[in-house]
Amino acid sequence: MNAPTRIAFATMLLAMGDASAMDTAGANQLGLPPLVVPADNPQTPEKIALGKKLFEDKRFSTTGKVACANCHEADKAFTDRLKVSEGINKLTGTRNAPTVINAAYMKTMFWDGRSPSLEDQAQHPFVNPVEMGLKNHDPILKIVRSDPDYVKAFQQVFGKTGDAVTMKEVTQAIASFERTIISGDSPFDRYWLKGEVNALTAAQKRGFDLFVNKGRCVSCHVVEQTNALFTDNRFHNIGVGINDIQKDVPTIAGEFLKAKATLSEVDVKVLGDKRTSELGRFAVTREFDDMGSFKTPTLRNVAITAPYMHDGSLKTLKDVVVHYNNGGITKKGGHVNDFLSGGIRPLELTDHEVDDLVAFLESLTSPQYAKLAKATPAKASH
Amino acid sequence: MSDYKPTRRDFLKGMGTLAAASALPVSLVEVAFADASDNFRFAHISDAHLQQISGTNFVRNWDRGLTRAVAEVNLLNPKPDFVVFGGDLAQLGKKAELDHGAEMLAKLNYKVYPVMGEHDYYLDLGEYWSKLYGPQWHSFSHKGVHFVVLNSILTTDEWTFHRWPSAGHRMSEMAQLDNPNGSPFMVGEKQRAWLAQDLAKVDKATPIVVLSHSPLQKIYKAWNFWTDDAEEVQALLQPFQKVTVIYGHVHQIEYNQIGNISFQSVMATAWPWPYPQTYAQAQQYLPKLTVPMNRADPFFERDATGWEFVDVATGRVAVNYNLYSNTNRVVAFDASAGHPVDKVYQDPAKQIPPQTQY
Repeated sequence: MNAPTRIAFATMLLAMGDASAMDTAGANQLGLPPLVVPADNPQTPEKIALGKKLFEDKRFSTTGKVACANCHEADKAFTDRLKVSEGINKLTGTRNAPTVINAAYMKTMFWDGRSPSLEDQAQHPFVNPVEMGLKNHDPILKIVRSDPDYVKAFQQVFGKTGDAVTMKEVTQAIASFERTIISGDSPFDRYWLKGEVNALTAAQKRGFDLFVNKGRCVSCHVVEQTNALFTDNRFHNIGVGINDIQKDVPTIAGEFLKAKATLSEVDVKVLGDKRTSELGRFAVTREFDDMGSFKTPTLRNVAITAPYMHDGSLKTLKDVVVHYNNGGITKKGGHVNDFLSGGIRPLELTDHEVDDLVAFLESLTSPQYAKLAKATPAKASH
Repeated sequence: MSDYKPTRRDFLKGMGTLAAASALPVSLVEVAFADASDNFRFAHISDAHLQQISGTNFVRNWDRGLTRAVAEVNLLNPKPDFVVFGGDLAQLGKKAELDHGAEMLAKLNYKVYPVMGEHDYYLDLGEYWSKLYGPQWHSFSHKGVHFVVLNSILTTDEWTFHRWPSAGHRMSEMAQLDNPNGSPFMVGEKQRAWLAQDLAKVDKATPIVVLSHSPLQKIYKAWNFWTDDAEEVQALLQPFQKVTVIYGHVHQIEYNQIGNISFQSVMATAWPWPYPQTYAQAQQYLPKLTVPMNRADPFFERDATGWEFVDVATGRVAVNYNLYSNTNRVVAFDASAGHPVDKVYQDPAKQIPPQTQY
């Protein structure tokens, strides 16, 4: 972020009436790198407020009951705590809702990276049959072009009214709001970047050592010297999901290789069919190297975003660490999938070491979400 | 999506490399076959180096490499006509290792043509391998192309039969690099005589593809990137108009042209090797290597390994390298240049500078 943008950002924070958005939007939070805001979508307080309103508007679904915020609920760390998300009429998709917190730093969106930006991502759930279910974006445009509050806001933010208001403006506003949902300042950040030796417990410190060394976690969940996003923005087959459909891979993958689906078709297919979903990024790139692979998520606030993995199949952080410890299989002795990433191998962590790693992961919760940690089942599991 | 044109389309453009690769080089190749249906594809997997630790316990990393390549070759579309395995299925030539490998290769949905590697051979001099796969050298015809499979990793009788106290000792000597006790590979007189006889029946215009484990050219003796009677073998092949030698052993991408003979190497599924010049510390006149092998990322065990599918169009070869954690590459014969060309990296401006190694 360049200096003027950073100042604008700070000004925006002061102007924001909403307390929860305010305290999550600091541009200088410990552990976070400067946020890159697209040049064609600068942050303004009014745009952010409009984005928040759109994000929470349930009218943008066929039933009038589902907003973005249903699956990305502020009080649940911008997730839904469900295994996989529920859209209109309780229809379920195939994937666990990733938190919006720090999504602004991701280089691609969705678990398979099929969308390149927050702006692009925002348009898709509206028209996915198992999410908000609209046939096209017209009903949204009808509302934002006629509802007096929206008319006024779009005029103020973009200087546009009537047909000039398009999904471009709608998604830009939503993305601007999402860029305020960033958070660092965890106990780990104070330990790692400020040298507060007492910020972590002894178990958490041992866990960090395991995270960097024996556990091999840091190779994908990257920690730098000046910040830590805990992701490499890459895609890896870690043996989740695809383990269950191994015999079907040739058939399902074959269909993708024959008929080259557009990304919009991929969006519908992967959320509509679990077996197809498990192809992961292969469904997007059709590269063998991507078979069954999913994006490395950030680990910030991971203690309060259970359940885990792209399919929500693991209930606790301990389950996750055990999965890795087994070398990419949830149940020891199970069949390792043929396409497993070369980075995944048995770790031979002891039970104590597994617990220490879990303790470390619990040190990544930002202060504004700390109260949620107490209510999370993941905490109770060890 | 109403009037909003997403930026995703641009996003996709940078991605469809597989689509691009599979549509590749037909237009770049001279049209010699009247019938385009004579063009075909085969897959090539090599250098698995499956190694027994004890009992049914094998080195996990090497197992993963071959397992993954086999699974991916089974997904290829268009489907290959057959699969070549380029040698070194085993690490120390043990029956258990060859059996383990045979079991894994049996999962391929296609006929497999195996090639003998030195790691398969020097324990029992190919006896068990031959039981599994038949003759160590032979030829076959496929859609107008004459394929020759050679055992190019033989060496002198003295070294093979009279120097070592045990078969295991012999195997371990041949398994090492930079080993003064090693011995250069050769095809040998007997096999060359067979080759001369085999080729005598073949029209000079018929495309020839030779499958060997060692390079059939002389690259670097200390690592046996070398075939000692390479000149004699090449002399038998030179009279033919279109000859391609595809070899394993080197665990990296190399290509070269000597007269009418194109040479192309394939990757290993086990581990990558750096180019010998890493150790030479002086200018060497080695075959063209446009992208020096970067040191592989040791975290991702598949990094800098891979397998290939080979498109044969009008008797010329385009090797499509499927490379993990790396951009896939295609090295294809370029008729106007008269030698194999890397489709992306030939242009110096597009080459990737090597990492500095400390």
